[in-house]
Amino acid sequence: MTDESTGSSRRTTPQAELPAADDPLAMDGDNSAVLERSESEAAPGFGPAAAASELPWTVIRPGKGWYWVELAELWRYRDLLWILALRDIKVRYKQTLIGAAWAVLQPLAMMTIFYCLFNLMGARVVSGGVPYAVSAYSGLLLWQLFATSLSQSSNSLVDNQSLLKKVYFPRLIFPLFPILAALVDFAVALVLLAGLVLWTGVPLAWGIFAAPVFVGLAVITALAVALWFSALSAMYRDFRYVVPFLLQLWLYITPVLYETGSVIPARWRLLYFLNPMAGIVEGFRWSLFGTGAVPAAYFGASMAAVFVLLVAGLWYFRRVEGTLADWV
Amino acid sequence: MSEIAVRVDGLGKQFRVGQRARYLRLSEVPARMLARAATWLRGRVGVTPDQGPSTIWALKDVSFEVKRGEVLGVIGRNGAGKSTLLKILSRITRPTEGEVHIRGRVGSLLEVGTGFHPELTGRENIYLNGAILGMRKAEIDRKFDEIVAFSEIERFLDTQVKHYSGGMHMRLAFAVAAYLEPEVLLVDEVLAVGDLQFQRKCLGRMSEVAGHGRTVLFVSHNMGVVSRLCSRAIYLCDGRCTYQGDVAEAITRYTGFGRTASSYVDLRGAAGWDQTTRTGVLQFLSTHRADGTPATSFQTGDDLLIRIGYRFDRPMDKVSCLLMFYDATGERVMSLTNMHQTGPLRLPASGVLECRADDIRLASGSYDISLWLATADAAGTPLDSIRVATVIHVDIGSYLGGAPLLRGQGVLAQRSRWSIAPGSEDHGAS
Repeated sequence: MTDESTGSSRRTTPQAELPAADDPLAMDGDNSAVLERSESEAAPGFGPAAAASELPWTVIRPGKGWYWVELAELWRYRDLLWILALRDIKVRYKQTLIGAAWAVLQPLAMMTIFYCLFNLMGARVVSGGVPYAVSAYSGLLLWQLFATSLSQSSNSLVDNQSLLKKVYFPRLIFPLFPILAALVDFAVALVLLAGLVLWTGVPLAWGIFAAPVFVGLAVITALAVALWFSALSAMYRDFRYVVPFLLQLWLYITPVLYETGSVIPARWRLLYFLNPMAGIVEGFRWSLFGTGAVPAAYFGASMAAVFVLLVAGLWYFRRVEGTLADWV
Repeated sequence: MSEIAVRVDGLGKQFRVGQRARYLRLSEVPARMLARAATWLRGRVGVTPDQGPSTIWALKDVSFEVKRGEVLGVIGRNGAGKSTLLKILSRITRPTEGEVHIRGRVGSLLEVGTGFHPELTGRENIYLNGAILGMRKAEIDRKFDEIVAFSEIERFLDTQVKHYSGGMHMRLAFAVAAYLEPEVLLVDEVLAVGDLQFQRKCLGRMSEVAGHGRTVLFVSHNMGVVSRLCSRAIYLCDGRCTYQGDVAEAITRYTGFGRTASSYVDLRGAAGWDQTTRTGVLQFLSTHRADGTPATSFQTGDDLLIRIGYRFDRPMDKVSCLLMFYDATGERVMSLTNMHQTGPLRLPASGVLECRADDIRLASGSYDISLWLATADAAGTPLDSIRVATVIHVDIGSYLGGAPLLRGQGVLAQRSRWSIAPGSEDHGAS
């Protein structure tokens, strides 16, 4: 669009060719300027702005201080959180042949393999009469939730850089919405777990009502770590490669494929439980099947670790979120 | 009502040049830290560091106020800091110094179609884009039909956006943005795309927004739009706000900046009209007074002489030459062509064309001159063209008896004689 405008001349002789460029503001004939505010064209539902006295002030300043997380603002944007999570979920299954069925197939396949594999290897019954396959699978599901949340959330800023650089919404939404999407997948996999439990006839414990608590804790842990990694990945690309590697290691030091009681010697246990996921996974299994209860002190260690990670993560994220758009 | 909607105080934004370049690798951090320590040490010892500036101030010491209901134009060359300013006001990036106070909800259009996902349908993208821009779901539901009507894509609502044409894409994106109802709207050159009819629609919409008491900050390179839509303007130059106030004055500063008028201009390297390729026919252009003295400043009523040097490879029959004069807002105010009075030119292979215009009636201001050379037959084949050959300055002087001709009073200076018609009587209607 050039910034020179040439009106179309209606009275030129054919020889006087005047180059015509397009001008959106050319007034031909009797059309009054589009830009005049004509009441007859007022768009329906487009009312006047709210009275000034009701409006809040927003102050923008530099500064890397520690701000309280603005929960009110996050709440206002809650629709966006869900819509973005939904976007990721939909996009994953668009143009696939069997669509959402994939959400079910993957955990189903994993579960089948697990079950067959471990039964073939000789069923090892773990404490409380729960077959190893079921115990491991339930731990694995929670671990998958944690791992997917962490890795997707850590990449959220880099993957959505156009949003980061062109629009404003509370930056915390970036690491949050992939977690929401991961929770949806988890819900589907839970249905399969229920099926497995029913089929193998393992009794469920009363603690099952506490299961959501452990799910919530896993998610919070993922968020806490992702707050660090997402910001760091935006600034230093190395961190994108650190996360998968870290998760691999982390899996081994978390009692997913084994039970703490049978593997970790007593004198190391307190240190072991500084890994928040250790307490959380054991807790989840305990809530479902009543097995492998963790002593309060150890669980307390896990919780303390989560708390520290979360607070530090929030502090760091808030500190750098203002300038993330410049880095990415 | 004239409360302040936006107040900017001493705003500054600094970028580290290295930071802007590319992202760091973690391995580079220790090296950088060492380098910085070394520089600091050298500074202490008294050795001046010999590296160039590693930081730039994209914005420095910018202060202005916008009243409620005003449409503020933000103009300046590319790189002047306009987009950075909008990004800071939109809270996309934090300033390095200074403060901004904004009253009310802010909606920003820095790009049309932000967040559009090609795999989703038009309908889904309306909700996605609307939510990203800050609308609540209920709000989008309420305005859904109007958005669809504005975008004119009813038939394709449930098709995936990746199958849309560029124009449809843009129309949909703008339709969603058009129904944003923030108290303060920030718009960044997004109207540069789209066909004529749609651009008009968008402009109409924006002026409605302003008309309902909302404040608009509008960045654009289209001076015509800026002068019509905006009530005030600020001119950013190299990150500083060098002028704020009257729109016409800001535009003059923008278009006149760095343009030192020169009577003789070599056209051989100049850009052609609208990116058309130059054929190299036009050689130079010079402006003179009627007696031949080179000049770039004239008075209204003066006689203008323009010489155009050209070179064809053979003599040409039937040539038309057009000189176009544009004012500061980009409006064409005058055209001089041989086709008006002289008729088609028969030109020797190379030479100098002279155009004399007597008693020019342009009012005070600076005028860009563009050139268009074409065959003088029905086909009008272009022979060469220059987008902006030169600029002249005109001062109204005493053409209208010493009175100036202010903005809005006209582009032409026209003398007139006033008298009382014979037969008029002393008593009024009986």
